[in-house]
Amino acid sequence: MKILVCISNVPDTTAKISFVEDNKVYNKNNVQFIISPYEELALTRALELKEAASGTITVLTVGLQDAEPTMRKALAMGADDAIRVNTEAKDAMFVAKQIAEVAKNKNYDIIFTGKESIDYNGSQVGEMVAELLDIPSITSVSGIDVEGTTGKIQREIDGGYEQIECEFPFVGSGQKGIAPEPRIPAMRGIMMARKKPLNIVEPVEFTDLTQVITHTLPEAKSACTMIEPDNVGELVRLLHEEAKAI
Amino acid sequence: MEDTKITTGGEFLIKKTEAKDIFIPEEFDEEQRMIYQTCKDFLDKEIHPNLDRIDDQEPGLMRDLISKAGELGLLGISVPEELDGFGQSFLTTMLANEAIGASYSFAVAFMAQTGIGTLPILYYGNEEQKQKYIPKMATGELAAAYCLTEPNAGSDANSGTSKAVLSEDGKHYILNGQKMWITNGGFADVLTVFAKIDNDRILSAFIVENNWEGVSLNPEEKKMGIKGSSTRQIFFNNVKVPVENLLGARGEGFRIALNILHIGRIKLGVNVVGASKIAINHSVNYANERKQFGKQISSFGAIKHKIAQQAILTYASESAVYRASKNIDDAIIEAKKNSDGKTNANIEGSAKYQTECALLKVFGSEALDYVVDESAQIFGGMGFSAEMPADRAYRDSRINRIFEGTNEINRLIIVDSAIKTAQKGEYDLFGKAKEVMAEINNLSPVLNGNESYYEEKQKYIAAFKKAILVTIQSMMDVLKRKLSFEQEIMMNVSDMIIQLYVAESLALRVEKLNDMKGDEAISIKKDILDVFIYDVASEIRKFGLDAINSFAEGENLKTLTNAIEHFTKVGGVNTKDARRRIADTIIEENKYNL
Repeated sequence: MKILVCISNVPDTTAKISFVEDNKVYNKNNVQFIISPYEELALTRALELKEAASGTITVLTVGLQDAEPTMRKALAMGADDAIRVNTEAKDAMFVAKQIAEVAKNKNYDIIFTGKESIDYNGSQVGEMVAELLDIPSITSVSGIDVEGTTGKIQREIDGGYEQIECEFPFVGSGQKGIAPEPRIPAMRGIMMARKKPLNIVEPVEFTDLTQVITHTLPEAKSACTMIEPDNVGELVRLLHEEAKAI
Repeated sequence: MEDTKITTGGEFLIKKTEAKDIFIPEEFDEEQRMIYQTCKDFLDKEIHPNLDRIDDQEPGLMRDLISKAGELGLLGISVPEELDGFGQSFLTTMLANEAIGASYSFAVAFMAQTGIGTLPILYYGNEEQKQKYIPKMATGELAAAYCLTEPNAGSDANSGTSKAVLSEDGKHYILNGQKMWITNGGFADVLTVFAKIDNDRILSAFIVENNWEGVSLNPEEKKMGIKGSSTRQIFFNNVKVPVENLLGARGEGFRIALNILHIGRIKLGVNVVGASKIAINHSVNYANERKQFGKQISSFGAIKHKIAQQAILTYASESAVYRASKNIDDAIIEAKKNSDGKTNANIEGSAKYQTECALLKVFGSEALDYVVDESAQIFGGMGFSAEMPADRAYRDSRINRIFEGTNEINRLIIVDSAIKTAQKGEYDLFGKAKEVMAEINNLSPVLNGNESYYEEKQKYIAAFKKAILVTIQSMMDVLKRKLSFEQEIMMNVSDMIIQLYVAESLALRVEKLNDMKGDEAISIKKDILDVFIYDVASEIRKFGLDAINSFAEGENLKTLTNAIEHFTKVGGVNTKDARRRIADTIIEENKYNL
C-alpha cells in the first residue's frame, strides 16, 4: 500500500495573528509553525494502516525551506520519506496542481489531505487533486479501514454518518475522528527522521487564479453578559436594544 | 589576547567571559526542539488532563505514566545507545527536563526515575549491573528509586546507620536499616541503597530489588505538595543482597551519593524553569480574563509589575542554567577524550561545575517560589481556591528548596566548593583577590563614560566580581579557620555569588542574541537586563555589607564598606517603564513568549 499524505505548514493555533505589506501578507515573525491538525490526524491514521498491513507513507508539502521542520516532524512520527515542492503555497488550485504533478505517475493507493488547512481554511485542495488525477474524492473522512484494495470509509454528514467503500486509488480529506489523537513522535522516530529522505522538487509553472487583496482581523470579542435565569425580560431587552438581534 | 574560555567551576569569579563563548537556548537545533516538543505533547496528552487523578494517587496511575514516558523513549534520553537509550548530550537532556518541569508531581517521579534512580547504576555500575538494569529502566519496564535519607540522616547524609554485613558464606550482604522520603518508593522495582559495611565510617552503595525478602514499605507520606509523587519510608530487615550487587567499591557510596546530587541539582535548576513558564502562563491568562473596575486586571501597573518580575527571574534563570549546562557538556567531552576508564566522564563533568550546579538549584528554586507566590496573588481570592492552577503550583514549588540538598546546604557548598577548587590550584581566586585588595585604597571609577551598552554592563559585572573577591579575601583574612562556624557570612557571600553568576549569564545571553537577531528584535531582553542588573547591584551591595559588618572593624571596615559601595554602584533605570514593556509583551500574547 502506497499512501501520500499532503501536509501544510500552518501557524500554531495559539499564535498571534498580524499582517504586513498593507495587510496582504501574514506576518510569520516569531510564529511557531505546525502540521495542520486535520492532516496530522490523517497522517496518524495512515501510519496505523501501514503498520497493520505494510507499505510506505510519503508526506508532501508545497512550501519553502522554512516548512522543513514540520516535515521532519512528520518523518519523526513515522512517515518513510518526504517531498517538498519548492515554492510558496499560494491558492488552492496552485497547491493542488503541484500535488497532482508529483503524484501523477507514482501510483499512490490513497492520497490524504486534511478537510481544510487551519490557516486559510480553503477546503478545496483534496477535491482538486482528485479531479486533476481523475480519481474519486471522498471528503470529511472521519474513519477509515482498508481491506485488500478497498477503503472502508466513514464520512460525517449532517446529523450522522455515512459508510462508503471505494476502490484504490482515491483522495480522502481527513477530519476529526479519523484518528483519536495525533501521534507524538517518539525519541526513536526523532532520531531516525534525520536519516530519512526529504526530496526537493521544483514546482511546475502555474498562474494563480486568485489574488489576496487584503486581510482584516475580526473585532475583539466583547464581554459575555450573564443574566439570571428568571430574568427573561432583561434578556429580551438586551437582545432587542443592545445586540439588536431581535 | 586574554583567554576568556571558562574551563572549570567557580572560575567565573575571576574571569571575564565573552558573549560568543556561552551557549544560549536560542541555539538549540531543530532535533533538540523536536524532543522538547515531544515532552510537551506528552504532558498535554497524558499529564495535564489527569492532574487531579495523579494528586489523588489513583492506584497504578503514576507507574503507568512512567511506562508511557518510557514508550516514547523519554526515560532513556541520556542513556547511551548501547544500553538501549538515545545517547543524547547533557544539554539535550536538560532541555527535556525543562519541558517535563511543567508537570508537577510527574516531574518529580520522572526526575527520580531518570536521575537519582538510573544514574548511580549507569555511572558506577559494572558492565553486568548496567546490562541487567539500565535498558529496562530506560524503557520504563523497571522503576527506580534512590534511598539515601534516614530519619536521623538528612543533610548529614553520611551519618546514616543502615548497615550491611557480609554473610558467613561470603555470598551476600545482610542489609538492615530504615530509609525515608524515598521518591517513587511505592512502586520502584530497583533501589540504590546507601549503607555502611560492618563498622565503616563511609557509606557504600547497593542495588536492591524491592521484591526481595525483608524489604517493606510504610504507607504514603501525607505531604504539603507534590501529592501525586509516591513518597515512602522503606525498611530493610535482614535483606540478602548478593555481593555482586555492591555498586562501585566498598566505601565509595558517599562519593556516589554526592556526585549524583550535583547532576540532580542542575537538573532541578532547569526543571523549575519549565515550572515557572507554565505558572506565568496561568497568571497572565487569568489576569487577561479577570475584570475589576471595568478593566482587565492585566492593565493595572501593580499586576504588570508582578508579571514582569516573574518573567525576568525566569529568563535570567534560564540563561544561567543553559550556560552552565554547556560548560558541563564540554567538560564531559573533554573527560571522555582523556578518560582513564576509572571515572565516568559525566560525573567528572558535573563535579567540576559543582559550584554552578548548587547555585542554579538555589536561584531557580527561589525564583520559582517567587513566581508561584505572585501567581497566587494575581489570582486574588481564586488563588486561594484549590480549583485553580495557582494552588497546585504554589504547594508543589516548596519542596524544591528542600530536596536535592536544602538551599542552606547548597549555599554552603557554593562558597566551599569555589574556595576549595581554587585551593586545589584550578583557578587563581586568591591571586586575583589580592590584586583587588591592593586596589581598594585607591579606587578608580568603574566607568569612563565612553562605554557601549554591553561594555557598560560588563564593567558593572566585573566590579561586582571585585566586590565578591574583596568580601571573600577579607573574610578569610579575619576569620581564618573559624570560617566554617560563621554560616551566616557564608550565606551572604553565597548570595553575592549566585546573583553575580545569573546576572553575568543574562548579560552575555542578551549580547549574543543581539549579535544574532539585531537590536530591534531584542529590546525587551535589554529591558530585562537593565532591571536585573539594577536590582542585583543593590542585592550584592547589601549582602556584601551584611558580611563585612559581621566580621570587620575600625579602619578595615571603613575601607571595605567604601570598596563594596564603589563596586556595586550602577546607573539608574526607569524600572517601572521597563517592567511595563516586559509585561505588555507577555500580556499581549497571553503567554510567556521570551
